[in-house]
Amino acid sequence: MLTVKNLHARIGDHEILKGVDITVNPGEVHAIMGPNGSGKSTLANVLAGREDYEVTDGTVTYEGKDLLEMDPEDRAREGVFLAFQYPVEIPGVNNAYLLKAALNEIRKHRGESELDAMDFMTLVKERMKVLDIDTGLLNRPVNDGFSGGEKKRNEIFQMVVLEPKLAIMDETDSGLDIDALKVVSKGVNTLRSPDCSTIVVTHYQRLLNYIVPDVVHVLSDGRIVKSGGKELALELEEKGYGWIGSDVQAQVGA
Amino acid sequence: MGGSGATSKLRSAPSAFQKTPAMTTQLAARQGTYRATFDQLQQDPRVDAFGALRARGFARFSEVGFPTTRLESWRFTNVSPVTQRQFAVPAPTDLEPSVISSFELNGVEGPQVVCVDGRYSPHLSSVSELPVGVELGSMADLLGTNPKVVAQHLAQLARFDDPAASFTALNTGLLQDGLVVRIPDDTVLETPVRLLFVSTGGNDAMSHPRTLVMAGTNSQVRLVESYAGVSDNAYLTNAVTEVFVGDGAVVEHYKLLRESVEAFHIASMHLSLGRSATFSSNAITLGGAIVRNEVMAELRGEGGECTLNGLYLVDGTRLVDNHTTILHAKPHCDSHELYKGILDNQSRAVFNGKIIVAIDAQKTDAKQTNKALLLSEEAQINTKPELEIFADDVKCTHGATIGQLDSDALFYLRSRGLDLEQARDVLIHAFASDVLDRITIAPIREQLDSVLLQQLPGSRHASFATA
Repeated sequence: MLTVKNLHARIGDHEILKGVDITVNPGEVHAIMGPNGSGKSTLANVLAGREDYEVTDGTVTYEGKDLLEMDPEDRAREGVFLAFQYPVEIPGVNNAYLLKAALNEIRKHRGESELDAMDFMTLVKERMKVLDIDTGLLNRPVNDGFSGGEKKRNEIFQMVVLEPKLAIMDETDSGLDIDALKVVSKGVNTLRSPDCSTIVVTHYQRLLNYIVPDVVHVLSDGRIVKSGGKELALELEEKGYGWIGSDVQAQVGA
Repeated sequence: MGGSGATSKLRSAPSAFQKTPAMTTQLAARQGTYRATFDQLQQDPRVDAFGALRARGFARFSEVGFPTTRLESWRFTNVSPVTQRQFAVPAPTDLEPSVISSFELNGVEGPQVVCVDGRYSPHLSSVSELPVGVELGSMADLLGTNPKVVAQHLAQLARFDDPAASFTALNTGLLQDGLVVRIPDDTVLETPVRLLFVSTGGNDAMSHPRTLVMAGTNSQVRLVESYAGVSDNAYLTNAVTEVFVGDGAVVEHYKLLRESVEAFHIASMHLSLGRSATFSSNAITLGGAIVRNEVMAELRGEGGECTLNGLYLVDGTRLVDNHTTILHAKPHCDSHELYKGILDNQSRAVFNGKIIVAIDAQKTDAKQTNKALLLSEEAQINTKPELEIFADDVKCTHGATIGQLDSDALFYLRSRGLDLEQARDVLIHAFASDVLDRITIAPIREQLDSVLLQQLPGSRHASFATA
């Protein structure tokens, strides 16, 4: 599904990723944990195609294709979805409009027919029901004036409508109350299937109580310094990041 | 901020129809074709009643000539492409109704008055089924039946003593006929009144449309003023509109500018609002090589409310200049301005918003917002608020923002599957939408929406209507 090899990336002169290796198989949920500044968000954004970051070395293969060669929209159409850490407010663009345009672009790319307004609404309302999201959200401008929790819910809502093959969640749990956290986990668990892989980037173990990962990676100073099963997350919660290695200790001490 | 001239706005103009000796012979002949047109009009006995006013207007124009960039209010708008040409009034043309239909707004009911090259065209106009007392049509006709009303209103707001107002002087000096909209007291017009000014637009053709709107006490009307050209030529439209909004009247005004991209469009609208009168305007500018939209509003009675909104889309090397002046003469009046511009290529825009609050206009609430979206590194806007406040208990705010498309928003949209072009279109359209959304006549809003989309850079005619 996804193979990241020796990935190096920088922003300006500042090197952030210094050789990341991850392999995600179909249907797996991977958690990427690590202290602030370790490169978690950079990794998520590089995978989604944000152009602010320059990839200087390494490869990313997604379903046999060179992901790094693809434009962000092509990645999306191929099934990559990034739930933003800071979803962007777009006044003047209606949520339903964006979602319908996005869904139909993806459907077109897959060779499926575009949904008309009625079919679209049927689908969307069904998904909103699953996530227990108010339908009033549809007619509001994208993220405009939303609370932090509403923005994150909206990301998850988009995700379950667009049904990605690779969902990347960039600290979606940060700053959420327990109800919103449940919406997020419900969204991920709804999508969970042998065809959908998920990368959960998080600072805290809390979300992993609801979304049980198959693999946990610890990212520190731009490298994966440790990988393990779900118990690794619990260990991190208990002991902090300090015990993992001297690199990490330097980070935490900073 | 600051400046001079607060009191000059309060000065009353001399009567338009006072007798003046023929002063034409004293004027220099340097005004070329304008002079020839003026002389010809003065010899035409049919519309002689305009003669004295015309003489004053042309005399003033001859004295001051076209504005130059040395005048503060024309500093960023160089009209030398206009002054270098010799425009002439084209011979009367009879347009086929099918030509007009391409500028019509489908689905809008109600009366429509059409002027071709500045001349009222009865056979293209449809003014039947008007409520009793509503007058709609040729100003010359009204002059025949009710000269007093014309004399009391015409050129009372559109003064031209200021050298910066020489286009108004020229319009007055070449006044031949014009359009009149007169709504009696307590009359509500259910359907909008459309005024369509079409230029047949031979190269160097000119027209000087003149419109007089009188909305009586507690009357209500929606006006759609459209300017369009049938050619791609460089013609001149020099329009002057005067609007009297009576006490308690509600006037909703739209100006749709779809001139040829080579055309010059210089226009001024002069407003007077009575006690508790409400006026709102949405001006949408889509064409023209050099466009100047001037609005001069005077809130003359307590409790008046004036809203001026504008949206323009400009590309190439074209220029759009919006100049507004709002005079708060009385207490408890509100004014709101929202102007938004989308600039591409090497285009330029000017926004100048002047707000004058007279000494006894306490409790004034004036808000001015100007936003520009620059799609190219070379596009340029000059924006200037001017506040002259002589009262001490007022609320006046102004804000200007100039920006580019938000790269985070672009990435967000692309990460959802929209390609770069689509994402740009969506964001540009979103920028324009809060002006478009204020258009209450749905067919106009929808058609402008689609016209705007077609004109977006690299547009693919998608619809951004809600899903």
